Amino acid sequence: MLDFEPFYLTLKLALVTTLVLFIICTPVAYWLAFSRSRLKVLIEALVGLPLVLPPSVLGFYLLLAFSPQNSFGKFLETYFDIRLVFTFPGLVIASVIYSLPFMVQPIQSGFRMVPETWIETAYTLGKSKFTTLIKVLMPNMKSALLTGCILSFAHTVGEFGVVLMVGGNIPNETRTISVSIYDEVEAMNYHQANVYSLLLLAFSFLILVSVYLVNHRTHSTRYI
Amino acid sequence: MISINISKKLSGANGEFNLQIHTNFSTGEFVTIYGPSGAGKTSVIRMLAGLLQPDDGSIEVDNSIWFDKSKRINLTPQLRNIGIVFQEYSLFPNMTVRGNLEFALEKNQSKKIVDELLQLIELEQLHNKKPALLSGGQKQRVALARALIRKPKLLLLDEPLSALDTEMQTKLQDYILKVHHEFNLTTILVSHDLNEVIKMSKRVLILEDGQIKKDGLPLDVLPLTNLKSFLMR
Repeated sequence: MLDFEPFYLTLKLALVTTLVLFIICTPVAYWLAFSRSRLKVLIEALVGLPLVLPPSVLGFYLLLAFSPQNSFGKFLETYFDIRLVFTFPGLVIASVIYSLPFMVQPIQSGFRMVPETWIETAYTLGKSKFTTLIKVLMPNMKSALLTGCILSFAHTVGEFGVVLMVGGNIPNETRTISVSIYDEVEAMNYHQANVYSLLLLAFSFLILVSVYLVNHRTHSTRYI
Repeated sequence: MISINISKKLSGANGEFNLQIHTNFSTGEFVTIYGPSGAGKTSVIRMLAGLLQPDDGSIEVDNSIWFDKSKRINLTPQLRNIGIVFQEYSLFPNMTVRGNLEFALEKNQSKKIVDELLQLIELEQLHNKKPALLSGGQKQRVALARALIRKPKLLLLDEPLSALDTEMQTKLQDYILKVHHEFNLTTILVSHDLNEVIKMSKRVLILEDGQIKKDGLPLDVLPLTNLKSFLMR
């Protein structure tokens, strides 16, 4: 009998991660798109780091940071009674860091695609930067926003190394679908592993089809 | 009364040059800035709008200081109460014609002005259409109306008609003159079309290499020697 718990957990993790990323990354991408600060290069490199870093490296350092034996983990546990290692919230934070570039980069390109005169016009009509962002910029870069969300969601669904390092393999808490596949192979349940894998493959393919569909329909512009 | 004393280093096709503008505009005046491309015309408009910061000098409008380098004052575009129309319309494609006008409303401002302006530019029928469905002339009328919603003191027009055909240009010029009088505006138009300059303004500034070379009545200062000699014949 197929256990759907890892599916449910994976979807929950991907949804929460995408939502948190959207809230964090919109201002970050806005700053990266329009700032002339020298710090920009540094922040851009930091945001892009998960693209080139092996997930196990990121997972390893997050595990160290979250561990109650180290200062940050101890601080969280003593003052806030929060433990991040091997828990769902810890997994969310790790996933957010791991998928950061997948949300920031499409939104950043989206901001750059909006003609500057639209922004200037809104300012000369007395509108604040925030109103311009909400009413002019974001509605005119829907495909960039959607691309960021879909990619972050899909990337979180597919992550393995970070999840295993930070979350371990606790059923109903941190055992996501990719960890389950690994688990089934370890236990030589190849049929079960195949079913999970096929589902994940189909899901990933559908996600990419929908990204390209969105990009083709709205503009000829592509964000990936 | 608008008093402008500004300078700004700009880079053009022939290298760097210094844009220097020292002039006054009276309230209600219609002034055209004429000159070859790259002379700094658009930069003057952008500095008045607060979209480009001068290197030095001051801009004073009706006794309020918009920019003063020595006093470190530089009002943001939001605080300058201007209307600006760009050549490329700059309508927001996600909003309808009415939506574009309503976007410009100030907090608690009555929506009555939206209907008044729609009527003035004769676009009531198209008020629910998105900009993509409008012709160039219609788009520019919407942009003009939108610039007037907040009842600005100063209307800045940066070659607003150069992308339109002659017939549409003539019609739009009439609209601009109409709103200039009805809204009691001080209007500054950037143009490189001689006919337009002569028709629209009583005063023209000729800008070359960043300097005002001539300032006066269009027929006195514009390079019309060829035209005059042609007419004399």
